[in-house]
Amino acid sequence: MKLILKKYLPFAILGLAFTSCEPEFDTSIEDNPITSSKGTADFSKYVAVGNSLTAGFADGALYIDGQQNSLSALLANQMKAAGGGEFTIPLMNDNIGGFADIPNFGPRRVFDVASGLPVLLEGTPTTNALDVQTGPFNNMGVPGAKSFHLFAPGYGNPANLSSGTANPYFVRMASRPDATLLEDALSQEPTFFSYWLGNNDILGFATSGGDSSEEITAVELFTQTVQGGLAQLSADGTRPGIVANIPDIKTVPFFTTVPNNALVLDAEQAANLTGFFRAYAGIVTQGVVLTATMGNPSLATPALLQQANAIGSQYAFTFNPGPNRFIIKVEETLTNPRGIRQMTAEELLVLTINQNALRTEGYGSVAITPDVLGVLGKLQAGGTPTQEEAQSVLNAVNPIADNDALDTGELLAITEATNTFNAIITQTAEAFNLAVVDVKSVLEELQSGIDLGNGNIVSSALGLNSAFSLDGVHLNPRGNAELANRFIKAINETYGSTLKTLDAGNFQTVKAQ
Amino acid sequence: MKKLILLVACAFSSYASYAGGYRVSAQGQRSLAMGHTGVAVINSAELAFFNPSGLVYLENKLNISAGVTGVISNTRYQNLDTRQSADTKNNLSTPFNLYATYQINDWLTAGVAIYTPYGSRVEYENDWAGSDLVNTIDLKSIYFNPVVGIKLHENFSIGGGPIYVTGSVEFDRNLQREQVSTENRPGISIDASNVSAWGWVASATFKPSDAVTLGASYRSKIDIDAEDGDVNFRNADFLTATKFDATLPLPAELTFGFSVKATSKLLLAAEFNRAYWAAYKSLDLRFNGSPGASRNARDYKNATIWRLGAEYNLNEKIDLRAGYYFDESPVQSGRFAPETPRNDSHGFTTGLSYNITEKLAIDGSFAFLYFDEIDESYSNPFAPNTPAFEGTYKSNAFLFGLGVTYKL
Repeated sequence: MKLILKKYLPFAILGLAFTSCEPEFDTSIEDNPITSSKGTADFSKYVAVGNSLTAGFADGALYIDGQQNSLSALLANQMKAAGGGEFTIPLMNDNIGGFADIPNFGPRRVFDVASGLPVLLEGTPTTNALDVQTGPFNNMGVPGAKSFHLFAPGYGNPANLSSGTANPYFVRMASRPDATLLEDALSQEPTFFSYWLGNNDILGFATSGGDSSEEITAVELFTQTVQGGLAQLSADGTRPGIVANIPDIKTVPFFTTVPNNALVLDAEQAANLTGFFRAYAGIVTQGVVLTATMGNPSLATPALLQQANAIGSQYAFTFNPGPNRFIIKVEETLTNPRGIRQMTAEELLVLTINQNALRTEGYGSVAITPDVLGVLGKLQAGGTPTQEEAQSVLNAVNPIADNDALDTGELLAITEATNTFNAIITQTAEAFNLAVVDVKSVLEELQSGIDLGNGNIVSSALGLNSAFSLDGVHLNPRGNAELANRFIKAINETYGSTLKTLDAGNFQTVKAQ
Repeated sequence: MKKLILLVACAFSSYASYAGGYRVSAQGQRSLAMGHTGVAVINSAELAFFNPSGLVYLENKLNISAGVTGVISNTRYQNLDTRQSADTKNNLSTPFNLYATYQINDWLTAGVAIYTPYGSRVEYENDWAGSDLVNTIDLKSIYFNPVVGIKLHENFSIGGGPIYVTGSVEFDRNLQREQVSTENRPGISIDASNVSAWGWVASATFKPSDAVTLGASYRSKIDIDAEDGDVNFRNADFLTATKFDATLPLPAELTFGFSVKATSKLLLAAEFNRAYWAAYKSLDLRFNGSPGASRNARDYKNATIWRLGAEYNLNEKIDLRAGYYFDESPVQSGRFAPETPRNDSHGFTTGLSYNITEKLAIDGSFAFLYFDEIDESYSNPFAPNTPAFEGTYKSNAFLFGLGVTYKL
């Protein structure tokens, strides 16, 4: 061994002597600082105002990696070459997401190979909303914020958490409990800002959970908050900034991934299900007659019979081999006493619907048990089922719940609100000389796919080449990079700057863990 | 002796690729000093590697040559657009060689050669810009090669022998390309050791006169089949494979050369190597015996090396040597993977022998490898949705060799 050491030592010494002889580039990064010109804008202090899409929310939660790949963080990075300054982010405590001290803010979703579906990450959130971070923060994106929350006093006050008028994300970053979002943005004296609010005014805070029960913001209030917010943020049109509009929910995979006709049947299943609803229709008809005649069907008039038939026959759905549309729950009315119907072609299902139940538990159609089969057999043989047996047939229908679907009425209201709000956003932004990004068009393009070069297509369809994260609402890093490029183009066009775009294909789509 | 071999093998167990692909041209101190020419240089036991048939023309009965080379190879990467840069680190590696030959009778010489012609160690900072292609790679191989030389005629001999290779490979990369620095990135590391395989070498020497020697040598391709290597995924919960299979080719090499004794003191040598790198199409990792593979295109092409060398006998004590070679990279444009980040190189070599006694000499060598700065990219057709990894590379390498030659 001594021999080895003796031999080796001179080499080690020589090695040390020569490690300084590293190759030099003709033009090194250090010698060649990139220069993007800022045009008429000033990027030295960029403040991003917005909701989850600005914050970097992804995979159903806010977590560090998502925040660092957020649209606004990517933008700020490109601004650095044109005099942009530091971009501070109220980083969460972990890559799990969710809050430890607030109920119902769970971890992010991960892809589960076994089921092929997103599932909740196994892990316990470690971020405390009440552990207020010291700002100010350039990224003022607050997941869940609606347009009017910009002005909402107490939106960051922990005392208001229980009543639901405070937002834990803002609680964690607000400069003081009663500061407003707008105040915390303006007090930083931004030289450039982005404003992207309004999505939640339509979909509601809880949309990422699939419950669209919240009201759409009234047009008057929306107009007021957009005009008031942009007036102050743009200092009445003297401060440069960029404003984004609201996408159409029909281009968001959260609503387009689970088809409304995923009830795929073979010939026998189709015939059985059709037969079931014939029986169901008969039982309903019978029931209407019995109710109207107080249990004496012999008293029924032809008019009553006709009316009862009309009511019952709406449930005699016909199923065909192949894909069939699901049955959904709607309001129970006099004309639709069971409160169910088949979905229309336009109606949508949410991504968070229990897809296993759709596949195996008859969710959206019928959960046929042996008992029910027995009753059907009895009916077929011409027998009369007992009231209990009839009820078991009625109960076997398992319609899709309201919060798992967007029905025609809801869709109409949403489309109308989107168009109205976007008109307000665009008009106001232009009035204040601001750049505008048409995000609605970008998401429409993503429907058919955007070529990032060399046939590398990014699209809205969830999967390895998607622009969307696993929650189907928020973009993944690749989607954020592509959207950041659209922001950059709009900024460059408006202010004559030369911010460089990103190679979106270099950004990941599905997080491996 | 056996113990020493083992010790050397253990202590100097990592080698750098500073030449084309992962070939390491440092199989003899005297040869290295002469531009790594040797197929037609009848000088020492180094012939056991370069051309076993030439051994029969050595003057002494017993010849031993041993040496080790310290290689410092540096590579820098940068991309002016993305502003990313990286340097390789821990760049010292130590290929070695040990040759012993014995003239059994006037027509037969036998010997043994232990050497390390293929190896690669490249280490980047973890999570660097190209970390989805490689963080670190450490490829090792040791050739154990018994040889014989047979004199068929005063002017002509043949030689050769079987080659037993033992090798190992460690490789680590991230699973995804990420532009924004994030912690705990998902990655994979694989490790296979004690992989063995067999090959052979055959050669011939033609000596039309005392002053002129012609040599030719062919070393066969050897496939290193790693089976049941260990796989470790990190930060990737849904990947569960623990074993992998992969094949890495150590390509065949054909050499022609000649030497001329220009004066009684000056020997000139020239040589041509053809390395059959086209055998390296892709690095395919198969996990847990599944038929699907993680495929990484390489598409190497056959490559040629031209070598020139000279030896000048200054006095009884000192022989001076110098040489030059041009080493064509087997890497094709568009497949410039940062795990073998080198383009064509110019090698400038020099060295000397100091004869302590008539029997014992110390050999020293030094080489500097110069690489042009190059703008290159790597794209993997098996991963069409990952953009090409582009950038500018600049490399160099320094070699310091020390060895002993013993004759009896």
